Amino acid sequence: MSDRVDPNGETGTAATKDIARPTGPKPSRGKPTSVLTHAILLVSVFCLMLPLYFVISTALKTRDDYSADKIGLPDTLFTGNFTTALRGGTFFLWLGNSVILTVGAVVLSLVVSSLAAFAFARMRFFGSNTLLAAVTALMVIPPIVMLVPLFLMLARVYLIGTYPGAILVYAGLVTPFSVYFLTNFFRSIPHEIVEAAFIDGATSLGVLLRILLPLSGPALATLVVVNSVYVWNDLLVALVLLPEEEKYPLMIGITIFGSRYNTDVPVAMAGMLLASIPMLLLYLAGQRLFIRGIVAGALKG
Amino acid sequence: MFYNRRLTPYLYLLPMLVLLLIVFGYPLVSIFNYSLRRIRVNTGPFIGLENYKTVLSDSVFREAATHNILLLLSVPILLVLSLFIAVMLYERVSGWYIYRSVLFVPYIIAVPIAGVVFSNLFQRSGAINQILNSVGLDFLALDWLGNEKLALWTVMMVIVWHEVGFGIVLFLARLLSLDESLQEAAMVDGARWWQRLWYVTIPQLRSIIEFYVTITVITIMAWVFAYVYVMTRGGPGTATQILELYIYNYAFRNGLPGIASAVAVMLFLVTLLLIIPLFRFRSQTETGGGVDER
Repeated sequence: MSDRVDPNGETGTAATKDIARPTGPKPSRGKPTSVLTHAILLVSVFCLMLPLYFVISTALKTRDDYSADKIGLPDTLFTGNFTTALRGGTFFLWLGNSVILTVGAVVLSLVVSSLAAFAFARMRFFGSNTLLAAVTALMVIPPIVMLVPLFLMLARVYLIGTYPGAILVYAGLVTPFSVYFLTNFFRSIPHEIVEAAFIDGATSLGVLLRILLPLSGPALATLVVVNSVYVWNDLLVALVLLPEEEKYPLMIGITIFGSRYNTDVPVAMAGMLLASIPMLLLYLAGQRLFIRGIVAGALKG
Repeated sequence: MFYNRRLTPYLYLLPMLVLLLIVFGYPLVSIFNYSLRRIRVNTGPFIGLENYKTVLSDSVFREAATHNILLLLSVPILLVLSLFIAVMLYERVSGWYIYRSVLFVPYIIAVPIAGVVFSNLFQRSGAINQILNSVGLDFLALDWLGNEKLALWTVMMVIVWHEVGFGIVLFLARLLSLDESLQEAAMVDGARWWQRLWYVTIPQLRSIIEFYVTITVITIMAWVFAYVYVMTRGGPGTATQILELYIYNYAFRNGLPGIASAVAVMLFLVTLLLIIPLFRFRSQTETGGGVDER
């Protein structure tokens, strides 16, 4: 292959390096002028951002304002749509359900994956490569394939419509990526550190808890971010496993909300804006983690 | 390396193995079993390939499969768009990382939210048509989601909108990890911009492009439920019926998990077939170097 080996692998996973900013300007013989480049990029930005502009401007319009003009800026900033959207508290119920599911699944998966990744990265055992490859391959199996047996199985043990049932399934769905990602990260931590701890008489669990995990802050943060987005944004699994209204997560909620306010678009858009705020904030706060996690997952699917 | 007690690794693996057997192992075996039975509640009589025959002769199934295949047209569109934009960002236009951040935003927005927003945008009297009318393109102001011939392509536009940021970020990451000496050598030899792009940059991206295409094909075949469920529920009529919705309806609406499992088996086998080249890609990079080994 023409791919070059990346020689810079001592610290962090190479995924960290992937997003490093380039160092200097590049000579530019014969390439399209930068005006043209900017123009094309700005058009792409415009097309991709148009729906977001629509959501924000519509959410701030009154109904009359909206029917008069669907694309212009609002005449006056009207915040009543948000009050309407939040009225009755179902929005907060959905939000709370989503938080419970996301936190539960992310934490469970993190515990399970750390233990397994430790074994894959630092222990030698029969079949380790094959097992890791098999676990990694599970990343691309679409959830729809497993959903019928999962439903029937959980129904048999009365876990349909419960948090534990859904948390178990979500945790399982994000675990292949987590194991793969953490294994790579643990492998990048210098052996000498781990060796020294053993000479000092640490147990294997002690090494994991006191040495490896504290050194894995960025990797753990990346996993928290990427896995949270997966669970938070899922609709299909929730529709099947959480069929009762009081357990609906936000994604089912907004689908209902969207059709309920089908004729009152400003309220619907206010709801959509409120529903996207948590993930947009997470993205703003941890943008590099997002990109790192998504690239790492993809570069070695 | 450090532990020689033979059972220790397996103790660490145990929770993961249990979790993955519940969520992946058991279901993946079960769908084969269910697909051969007439399931009532949890099990039922063995009926051989009856479910498969029923499915394959069902015109709705054939439509659903056709729609998934038509949606695959978004794969080359996504590939060209995201590669093109990534290469432009790689040329280090000022503020490239701001562009990257902004272009990635749609990918962060949950698909159901995007679905509700686009359903409104694409309404007959919605904002898109208002824009088209105001710039004099009245003949393009169509019933985007209500027209049987058009609805699937509207769904595809939304998929492209949502997914393009992923490709941009992926290709840009790979480009930034490339060795620049080849580019420089080509420049010294007097290669023009598009020659470098075609003969130097794209060949270096070959393996990541293969990977991206595989992943995107799997996504389009079996990971687009939320778009359709929120925007059209498979309608108008069966105009946007897709395989996932077909499975969902048969299992959880019509109460026929055997039929649903037969389709699930087919999707699973398609996914398996698609990831075989991916493993080939992996073993090559393991010996030949790649972007994030170790």
